[in-house]
Amino acid sequence: MTSRHEDGPPHALPPAEHTDGHLDANAAGGALREIFTVDLTAAAGTCVGCAHAFILAQALLYTQAPGLVGRCPSCEDVVFRLVRAPDRAWLDLRGVTCLEFALPEPPTI
Amino acid sequence: MGIVSRGFSGRRRTTDPDLPPGQYLTEDFPVLSAGPTPHVTTDRWEFTITTEAGERYRWDWAGLHELPVQRFTTDLHCVTKWSKLGTAWEGVSLDDLFADVETAAEYALVHSYGGYTTNLPLGDLLDGQAWIALRYDGDDLTPPHGGPARLLVPHLYLWKSAKWVRGIQLLHDDEPGFWETAGYHDYGDPWREQRYWGD
Repeated sequence: MTSRHEDGPPHALPPAEHTDGHLDANAAGGALREIFTVDLTAAAGTCVGCAHAFILAQALLYTQAPGLVGRCPSCEDVVFRLVRAPDRAWLDLRGVTCLEFALPEPPTI
Repeated sequence: MGIVSRGFSGRRRTTDPDLPPGQYLTEDFPVLSAGPTPHVTTDRWEFTITTEAGERYRWDWAGLHELPVQRFTTDLHCVTKWSKLGTAWEGVSLDDLFADVETAAEYALVHSYGGYTTNLPLGDLLDGQAWIALRYDGDDLTPPHGGPARLLVPHLYLWKSAKWVRGIQLLHDDEPGFWETAGYHDYGDPWREQRYWGD
């Protein structure tokens, strides 16, 4: 009765699965790279719920769901949701503030 | 390949007349969850209906069991494309819970332990269409499947059947829930394949 979801989204192999069913959000890297040209999992942000500062890859990632759900590693509030339709995607980042990305320095003239 | 699927759409013809378009039959019971599984003990469990005027109707576990428990068999359709037919449940009809509730609201926002929400028209919770399910296939509902009690609205995609249900908020205006604010359809009729916004 409690078998895991077998036939849902074709998942990349997770780096690690934790006992309560979530992955670390490195596993969201491919899905986010499809939308963003930078590696979003390396971005730093702050949880809206508890002000915990974390790297996005440290989020707790739930994949056995109709979309990807990332939760704060400290308070477990939702920090991002990513839903994929065949021709569209929806990304909701309302749970995390002010993402900081590393970018290559522009070439000097 | 990314971890997100290419989506769950695709309007291929389904040969089984009991299956809505785009669905396939499964014999197991997949577990989907957007977060950690809440473990709510029945001595701490409560369920509330809150009207648009702020009036609150409350049931604890014993109070819920004072209402008639119905046995029913129904089909389940998940937006991730699996369907499970002929599932056997026991639960309390929402008609009995709403029997004394005075409201002119048209919409409901369902709240769960753990913070999940989902919305639907109030009319879809009434007239024998929805239950607070307590037992599945002869056994108490386990936490992975929403135990001790989950909403069951089987004529809509299963994300509307909120696991670990704790209350229903009645509203004059529609207020989209957890998945409905992130691309999934506001109503979610599997026979019209209403998976995503605009379907």
